[in-house]
Amino acid sequence: MTGWALRRVTQSLLVILLMTLVVFIGLNAIGNPVDILVGEDLNQAERLQAIAHLGLDKPMWEQYLIFIKGAAHGNLGMSYVYHEDAMHLILQRLPATLELAFCALFLAVVIGVPLGMFAGTYPDHPASRLMMASSIVGFSLPAFWVALMMIMLFSIKLGWLPASGRGETREWLGVQWSWLTLNGLQHLLLPALNLALFNISLVLRLTRAGVREVLPQEFVKFARAKGLSPMRVMCMHVMRNTMIPVVTVLAMELGSTIAYAVVTESIFSWPGAGKLILDSINSLDRPVVVAYLMVVVVIFVVLNLIVDGLYYLLDPRVRSEASR
Amino acid sequence: MNTLAKKIPDSVRLQTQSPWRRVAVEFMSSPTAVVGLLVLLVIVLVAVLAPWIVVQNPYDLMQLNVLDARLAPGSVNMDSGYTYWLGTDGQGRDLVSAIMYGLRISLWVGIGSALIAAVIGTLLGLVSAYIGGWVDALLMRLVDLLLSFPAILMALMILAWLGKGVGNVMLTLILLEWAYYARTARGQALTESRREYVDAARGQGIGPWRIVVGHILPNCLPPLLVIGALQIARAITLEATLSFLGLGVPVTEPSLGLLIANGFQYMLSNEYWISLFPGLALLITIVAINLVGDRLRDVLNPRLQR
Repeated sequence: MTGWALRRVTQSLLVILLMTLVVFIGLNAIGNPVDILVGEDLNQAERLQAIAHLGLDKPMWEQYLIFIKGAAHGNLGMSYVYHEDAMHLILQRLPATLELAFCALFLAVVIGVPLGMFAGTYPDHPASRLMMASSIVGFSLPAFWVALMMIMLFSIKLGWLPASGRGETREWLGVQWSWLTLNGLQHLLLPALNLALFNISLVLRLTRAGVREVLPQEFVKFARAKGLSPMRVMCMHVMRNTMIPVVTVLAMELGSTIAYAVVTESIFSWPGAGKLILDSINSLDRPVVVAYLMVVVVIFVVLNLIVDGLYYLLDPRVRSEASR
Repeated sequence: MNTLAKKIPDSVRLQTQSPWRRVAVEFMSSPTAVVGLLVLLVIVLVAVLAPWIVVQNPYDLMQLNVLDARLAPGSVNMDSGYTYWLGTDGQGRDLVSAIMYGLRISLWVGIGSALIAAVIGTLLGLVSAYIGGWVDALLMRLVDLLLSFPAILMALMILAWLGKGVGNVMLTLILLEWAYYARTARGQALTESRREYVDAARGQGIGPWRIVVGHILPNCLPPLLVIGALQIARAITLEATLSFLGLGVPVTEPSLGLLIANGFQYMLSNEYWISLFPGLALLITIVAINLVGDRLRDVLNPRLQR
């Protein structure tokens, strides 16, 4: 176990290190922030002073070493635009993004699992066929357009739900959250549902496939023969055996959901990290872009590590393969 | 002759046909796929012929009249008597024309990037399978790394380096997509290289590269074709998303994604058509491609890892 974990952690650290290199080289290879940040009316001496102040006069490798050293301390430089610590900016906005992402995953489970269980139990029912067809649409629809249509229908035509901002927030653990107030929940529903569409389709299909695989098995027949109610058989026996893949896939999907929140946040004016990164790309605010990418990459790698670790603990086949 | 043909069972008759003809016949047996293919053909035709069909060039600012901005569908142009069937956008563009030109960009970006990525990816996949060793290990690690991060994140990263523009969006899509083809081509080539016909070719003294290109590559094509179809749909969606976010095409030459984005600001004043119709065009295109791709997958039946 220790050997496997050690190797896996080293691997993850290597990926992160590689990504810092890719991100750093890429962001420095093209585009000159000096032109954007330093006014044109400055004279040459003031210009050089500004470049030195931003640390852009040093050779590339030295900039990278400074970057790595800072990154290890959680310091990825000051934002050119906000004149604030870039990491601090991202971490300030991250809770709003995480709230949206977790809410989307919650909706995916609450909506996807029951529908998938129905579709798996009655695969030929017209409703099941409709669900499968809609799940294809859920996979292939451009999410941003669906978001606009949702705003048009639910906010403008019907006037049921607000379409922008976080609404009222309440403080918990030192951070402002929307889901603790009724008004905030109303603001949360549309963006979370939009972000969840892909995951709802995914969960629906996974659950359906799982149920169809488990239902014909002996232990289900036995549970029925014991006289357990159909509801109990479904919840206790079938569901337990179908939820492992669903949970692991969702854990992996959390990373993509955070990444795709960029689109949702920009449409619903959700003040999260995704909206910040878009603005930063447009204003060539490198440190913020780098900080965002690094944070998401670390989240990704850590999630993968956790899922792999869980598999190692749960699945004996992985263990025997790893020890070889 | 006729009665004899009827007595031969289908399975035998099918074997005597060429494989592509069999695929075509099987493809046509699904009505939805045929509808998808027809719709797709119409869309491609409209996109190709757009400059000769449309009443105005939506990218020529001289032809646009700001007084005609944001007219509702069915409004009539006072000067020429032309009816704006789908309305106009914020710059006074006829939406029918703008959508046709937008489709041109979408299809060009989607198909162009998919083709280039297919060539690069397939080549690298074959090289990886053929050379093996550390080249193979390195390439496949790179593929794993690329595919493990979501496309939008990679696209944001690449566009943050390269800046906006159609060319850069295509480059981004190519950098993202080649990995799919490489992985598939490598896997397929490894399976095919163990077949008897490769041994036979080798026994005939045919050189290794001719075996790879002339014998193994043709047998890798079916799964690559399916991936290609689905990747085109993905590429079109991603281009639209990036343009919507303002990272894609320039404002003066809106693609479907940018048209939708521009319409967003007018939606709050109930001028829904500027976002709705380009979105519908995008939707129909993507669904049609997916229908064709799904059917191709069923017909060609490769062992796909989705």
